[in-house]
Amino acid sequence: MTTELWIALLPLPPLVVFFAILLGAHRNNRLSHRLAVGAMGISWALAMAVFVRAVGVADLAHAPFAASFNWLPTGAGWLRMGVLVDPLSALALFFVAWTCLGIFIYSIGYHNFGQPRDPHDQPGLPPHHGGVEPMYARFFAFISLFAAAMLALVVSDNLLLLFIGWEIMGLCSYLLIGFWYGKPSAREAMVKAFLTTRIGDVFMLLGIVALYSATGTLNFREILANEQVLAALAAAPSGVLGLSLAGLIGLLLFFGTVGKSAQWPLHVWLPDAMEGPTPVSAMIHAATMVSAGVYLVLRFFPLITAGWHEGAALTPTMTVVAAIGAFTALFAATIAVAQNDIKRVLAYSTISQLGYMIAAAGIGAYVAAAFHLFTHAFFKALLFLGSGSVIHGMEAGEAATSKGDHAAGGHAIDPQNMFSMGGLRKRMPVTFWTFLIGGFALSGFPLLTAGFWSKDEILADAFGHGHMLVFGALAAAALLTAFYTMRQISLTFLGSPRTPAAEHAHEPAWSMRIPLIGLAVFAIAAGWIGIPEHFPALGGIIPNWVHGFLGASLAEGGAELAFSATPLLVSVAAALGGLTLGWWVYRRVAAGSPDPLERALGPVHRILKNKYYFDEFYQDVFVRPAYWLAETVVAGWIDRGIIDGTLHAIGGLSLRVGAFLRKWFDLLVINAIGDQVGNLVKWGGSVLRFVQTGRVQQYLVVGLVFVGLVFTGLLLLRP
Amino acid sequence: MIPLSWYLVLAAAIFCVGLYGALARRNAVAILMGIELMLNAVNINLIAFWRYLNPGSMGGQVFAIIVFAVAASEAAVGLALIISIYRRRSTVAADELNLLKW
Amino acid sequence: MPAMTVVQIIFVVTAIITFLAAIMVVASPNLIHSALWLVLTLGGVAVVFLLLEAAFLAVVQVAIYIGAIAILVIFAVMLTRQVSTGLASQVNRTWWLAAPAAVILFAGLILLFSQVAGFQGLAEPLVKEPGTLVVDLGRALVDAQGYVLPFEVASVLLLAAMIGAIVIALPPAPVVEEKST
Repeated sequence: MTTELWIALLPLPPLVVFFAILLGAHRNNRLSHRLAVGAMGISWALAMAVFVRAVGVADLAHAPFAASFNWLPTGAGWLRMGVLVDPLSALALFFVAWTCLGIFIYSIGYHNFGQPRDPHDQPGLPPHHGGVEPMYARFFAFISLFAAAMLALVVSDNLLLLFIGWEIMGLCSYLLIGFWYGKPSAREAMVKAFLTTRIGDVFMLLGIVALYSATGTLNFREILANEQVLAALAAAPSGVLGLSLAGLIGLLLFFGTVGKSAQWPLHVWLPDAMEGPTPVSAMIHAATMVSAGVYLVLRFFPLITAGWHEGAALTPTMTVVAAIGAFTALFAATIAVAQNDIKRVLAYSTISQLGYMIAAAGIGAYVAAAFHLFTHAFFKALLFLGSGSVIHGMEAGEAATSKGDHAAGGHAIDPQNMFSMGGLRKRMPVTFWTFLIGGFALSGFPLLTAGFWSKDEILADAFGHGHMLVFGALAAAALLTAFYTMRQISLTFLGSPRTPAAEHAHEPAWSMRIPLIGLAVFAIAAGWIGIPEHFPALGGIIPNWVHGFLGASLAEGGAELAFSATPLLVSVAAALGGLTLGWWVYRRVAAGSPDPLERALGPVHRILKNKYYFDEFYQDVFVRPAYWLAETVVAGWIDRGIIDGTLHAIGGLSLRVGAFLRKWFDLLVINAIGDQVGNLVKWGGSVLRFVQTGRVQQYLVVGLVFVGLVFTGLLLLRP
Repeated sequence: MIPLSWYLVLAAAIFCVGLYGALARRNAVAILMGIELMLNAVNINLIAFWRYLNPGSMGGQVFAIIVFAVAASEAAVGLALIISIYRRRSTVAADELNLLKW
Repeated sequence: MPAMTVVQIIFVVTAIITFLAAIMVVASPNLIHSALWLVLTLGGVAVVFLLLEAAFLAVVQVAIYIGAIAILVIFAVMLTRQVSTGLASQVNRTWWLAAPAAVILFAGLILLFSQVAGFQGLAEPLVKEPGTLVVDLGRALVDAQGYVLPFEVASVLLLAAMIGAIVIALPPAPVVEEKST
């Protein structure tokens, strides 16, 4: 079997399982999760096999695994559909496969498989603690479809298949965010997520159309690996804002990423997406969906950077990308420091880290951005799954301490609020240590964690090429990241329990703990494949495999940057300083006492806690007018008034014309004709009957008269 | 000596008189008498034509004899009918026998 | 006017008598008188037959018509005599249509007859002996190549008429009150 065939088969097992569960397997929970995990396992195995082969190829960047077939006839030519695995796809396959598999296994325990169903549980609402999720099989069907779409997106060789995977993931995120559709907050969140990403998708579609009309193809190799095409696109003016065609298309495609990867201004959906079950949050916001946005930017890096070479000033598109990325990184980090929900902190953290990656791409640091995408997937998935474990433990503790509250369905305390936790280190050790590793990776704890190597490379690139604004913003964001991460860890695990529920929390099932351990290993080790060559003491021991593997894709092979101490020192200072500050402020927060930051920041804290009131702003400026337009103008005036009115008028007119015709024509003329014919016959008969007198002689006389007339006629006529 | 036309005129005249009697008289027996007149006129016609146009063949006379037979039978049956009607309805006026009236 | 021969005079006289008698048949209000005028008319017709040298037929006319049919008519008149005869009209209401119709018919018939060849012609003298006419007639009536078939049919007709007349003239069923005859 050729590698290309394996690549083509990759997305299929989860897709098949989706249909299998849909069509019948949903009746049995065990069968459903076995099918789902099994299919994901097959895809994982294929992905690993492809990855191993890919790294074995000498120059994958210029000789990728590729196969395609003619799909749709388009006039003179064909639209081709196929697969492509080049260094970027190979790296993405690796982390997508591992994280998705881990999440699938985690979901078995998360949804309490094996526990009896609680009779108070309704499908559509989260189950009471300890009861199995009523919609268990449905969950596995959806995440299988999700995984299939992401895999299809990663292996696709053209923008159309990528877009198909993109949109299917949008659908699945809608379905999964609103998995517990009984909750009104979940319903609102699912619609918000879908519509916000849709806004980005509209621009992306415009970009796709523009690209197709400019080049006549959507195939990656034909556009992005072709110097002449890129040069032509960079030179051609687009007529919009003075951008070149390449710049405009790059910008339009980037807006799709803004939506999908929750960058400012379309970031509002991601925190609300925490309404979904935790594995969903891990999947969407670490492993798959938001990564797809960054993947798109990296895939189209040659187009976005067309006309630019290393050392030159950034093109307008790159400037926009870098600005939005850097701004979002800092913006989201500031919000995260004031959040109390354990998952919300991670949500804003994700937005911030994605900003890092996009800023890196914007300044031309392709390898650094891809490397950070890779490491981020592992430690963010780890952090989300860890938070799910914490929440499960808190719910267990709550159930143990407040018996008999199940009928109400609500919680006495919010199991997701960090200010109800505390001291979970002793009660949930595995969760604690893995979460700590993940948190350190996120903060960029030097040397030992993957996050350090990737984040440091971005900062080094920004500093080295002189983009000081970006460097400053990212450095500040790094400090804040470390601070809020330590805040989170301290509030959750350190100190002493602040509520009875936290006192009685305990570790969840092993199916939940094993993925945590696996991901923790990656969170530590994944960074060591990208140690820069010129790093003091450690550089050169392990070759910088990432740089060599990915860097080959770049038009200019890209030598490594000369080492500079400043960004390294800044990054280490930000990480350690933030961690220390966070630990010191939050290590001993007593039960019931307010957040120390509130007092320190004063009114600023309230703005941060309310996310700069962006949600309210969008609601007033966009959502409410849209509803008004839909309900009042379109539904009310246009639909009911004009269209229905026209129909009613036509109907009324027809009725009136019909009544008129009936009264004046049908009854008077047509009926009259019929009636009068009958009357005429009746009258004729009543007149003629008098001929029959019964007297034979009269008959004879009349007969004789007529015979005479006939004879006379004949005689006269005879010539 | 006598032209054929004289016989034919006579026959026509008697025929028409008989016809008037059949059509205008009220009494049924009188109607029958009119019919007898008509038959006699026909006979005169037949014999005249036999004598003047084809005296060699006996066909004319035979025809006249058949007419006699028919007239006799018709008179018999007709008068029987009149008797029967008279018995049932006590009248022989033709214009009172109008049960087939509208 | 050229002198008329004896035969012509006889014919004219007979014709006038016959015609006038016929008119009296249909015009007479008294039915017995009508019947008697009918007898006279039938006699006149017999004379006409004689003039046409159909002697046998003249005898048959007298015997059958006058002797049987006219008598039968008289019987019928007497059997159906109504009490109030003579008071009621003896012509029906539409006699005014019948009269002109008859006249027009007469004109039409004459017109028709005038088309016949030989209308003005005279009779050719008979070749045969007068006595042989009857023999020939008798032979013709029974000749297979002659008129035996109409003869037999006529006899069947007479039989049927006889039976029919008897049946029709039977008195009604005894249940019905018998009328005085």
